Amino acid sequence: MSSLILPAILSGLTMGAIYALIALGLTLIYGVLHIINFAHGSLLMLALYAAYFLFLYGGVDPYLAIPILLPVFFCLGYVLQRWLIAPMSGGSEQNVLLVTLALALIIDNLALYFWTSNTRSVDIPYAYNTVEFLGAYLPLGRVIAFFAALAAAPLLWLFMARTRTGSAIRAVAIEKRGAEIVGIDVNHTYAICFGIGTACVSLAACLLLPTFYVTPQVGYTFVLVAFTTVVLGGMGSLPGALIAGLLLGVIESLCGLFLGESLGQIGIFIAFILILLFKPSGLLGRRAS
Amino acid sequence: MTYTLNRRSLLRASGAAALVGGLSMPSILRAQGQTVKIGVLEPLTGNLAYNGTQCAAGAKFAADAINAAGGIKSMGGAQIELVVVDAQSRPEIAASAVDTLAEAGVCAFTGASASALGLASSQAAAKYDLAQVFSIGTAETIVERGLPNVFRFTPGVNKCTSVALENLKLLNAAAGSPVKTAAIVHEDGPFGSNMAKIMAEKLPEQGIEVVETISHPTPHRDFNNIALRVKASGANILIPSNYLNEYTLMARALRQQRAELMAIYSILGGAASNIKFVRENNDVAQYVMDCNHWYDPNKPESQALAASVAEAGLDLTYDVMVSYATIQVIADALERGASTDRKAMIEALAASTFDGSIMPYGPTKFVNGDNVNSQPVNTQIRGDKIELVFPKEYATAEPVFPVPREG
Repeated sequence: MSSLILPAILSGLTMGAIYALIALGLTLIYGVLHIINFAHGSLLMLALYAAYFLFLYGGVDPYLAIPILLPVFFCLGYVLQRWLIAPMSGGSEQNVLLVTLALALIIDNLALYFWTSNTRSVDIPYAYNTVEFLGAYLPLGRVIAFFAALAAAPLLWLFMARTRTGSAIRAVAIEKRGAEIVGIDVNHTYAICFGIGTACVSLAACLLLPTFYVTPQVGYTFVLVAFTTVVLGGMGSLPGALIAGLLLGVIESLCGLFLGESLGQIGIFIAFILILLFKPSGLLGRRAS
Repeated sequence: MTYTLNRRSLLRASGAAALVGGLSMPSILRAQGQTVKIGVLEPLTGNLAYNGTQCAAGAKFAADAINAAGGIKSMGGAQIELVVVDAQSRPEIAASAVDTLAEAGVCAFTGASASALGLASSQAAAKYDLAQVFSIGTAETIVERGLPNVFRFTPGVNKCTSVALENLKLLNAAAGSPVKTAAIVHEDGPFGSNMAKIMAEKLPEQGIEVVETISHPTPHRDFNNIALRVKASGANILIPSNYLNEYTLMARALRQQRAELMAIYSILGGAASNIKFVRENNDVAQYVMDCNHWYDPNKPESQALAASVAEAGLDLTYDVMVSYATIQVIADALERGASTDRKAMIEALAASTFDGSIMPYGPTKFVNGDNVNSQPVNTQIRGDKIELVFPKEYATAEPVFPVPREG
């Protein structure tokens, strides 16, 4: 068993990178908009289908689909927030929960209706390629996702810290009324933020597709662990989401190895409870004032 | 398709003939316009939606074929009308959906893709004296409750496992008994856990030591650790019992972790007898063997079904096959009983000796609701096809065991 510990840790890190990628968009949307986006898993599913159909009908490799799907899903997120979620919720956070939940149900059932419950996956030439590292064989797709997550989190953080749009988003997150007074278009900024969060989901989908499958229910496979990642990392914290995702991946992998795969998720939730008990704001979250 | 002619059906047929002959043309028109309702209770949404949708398609192909061949002849060519309801992959919905079927006036129904759903629906159907002919329901509890309305046409887990073990013994012996050790990977629900338990007890009797048993939840996202453990165990063969998505991820991880196995030998494998798995994972799917439900590919009805399924752009899975066959069984009971009365249907099904289904079974014989003449068969993925390799009388290819070494 001891010879399996290092491969299990490395495998956990690469799986955790996927969790982090999915959680990045979620934490951004929560951090700024204070929206707990129940439709996040459904949007992930939608992006997976988009990448799948690009591959199926256009022969577009899932990785090459990234520059196509990022703007498409940014626009989708922008439109959803600007012209659906915001007007329907009327500024109430409880209403937002219901609207995103309704959105999830609609997207899931439309997917089921149009694309049926068939499980689909892409047959790509490098599907079984691995990278050998310290004696462990790591699936190439997961290694790519790992480095993509390592790059995406700091890039997104830089965008938020160094650009005018990022500053506007942070301003709206901290003091909405004040931002309005200094001339920031709050509704536009909210929509941009939701758009970026949705674009992050499409990035995660393109990186996930080479190693996973697509069904109308696939979002639920990841959404719970993504919510856990966000809370563990600190709501709204991009570096926190990255660290928490990687941590959860390793914890899940090691618990699976030592306690059995059926009990692997216990580790995730034990870590979650411990963090909530001893550091309720999450690993890198700001303490509530 | 053959039908048994008994005294009752002869009298009814004579009576019907007298009516037809003695009365006027409108009577004939009324008889020709008659329909009989058969229920199809399947999970069309939720986790089991793929299987349920496939089963519903199989039932429709069967109804279409029977109607095209003249319908239920003993009932004046009555056409079969399917009443399809969604069990939503939830046992409580499966139970309440039976009320819908009863209100719709079905004479019997087929379903429900998973044991948990079928257990709930058949229990609910018992109060209506409504027969359920199980499409798929491997849990033995289904036929152990003493319900007179339960008819399981396909084999249960005990028979599937014992036949699979017997066939594995034959395969191993024919190859010079190279397989000494096995690893079992199973989903942690009743289906996989029961199977794993039986295998762990029975394999040592064949001289095969179980060196690793790994359970996993459904859904499960990562099979790398499982592949690593299988590889580290040094098992000669892997015996998996899990569903399509997990099976696919597992097969990929085994390849990525370079697990060298003499065979992957599934029992009721979720993907191993699924053409989608073959199409989308052709490389890792090669030589995977399964002991599962499958039709007799040599029968003309089977070939016609395969053509219809291909024309409809669907996958020919065992769900389609068994559901097709259960409608055949119900149609035969209607033909013999010439009645849509629910109790009469139960009697007709209980007395069924139907041997015209597309499955490779002997004449139907329900003992406590279990068709004792059903049997699973062994399939093997070869190229882009799923070949039937055991028993020999139905085989379309010779089995390859153990799998050839790469390179």
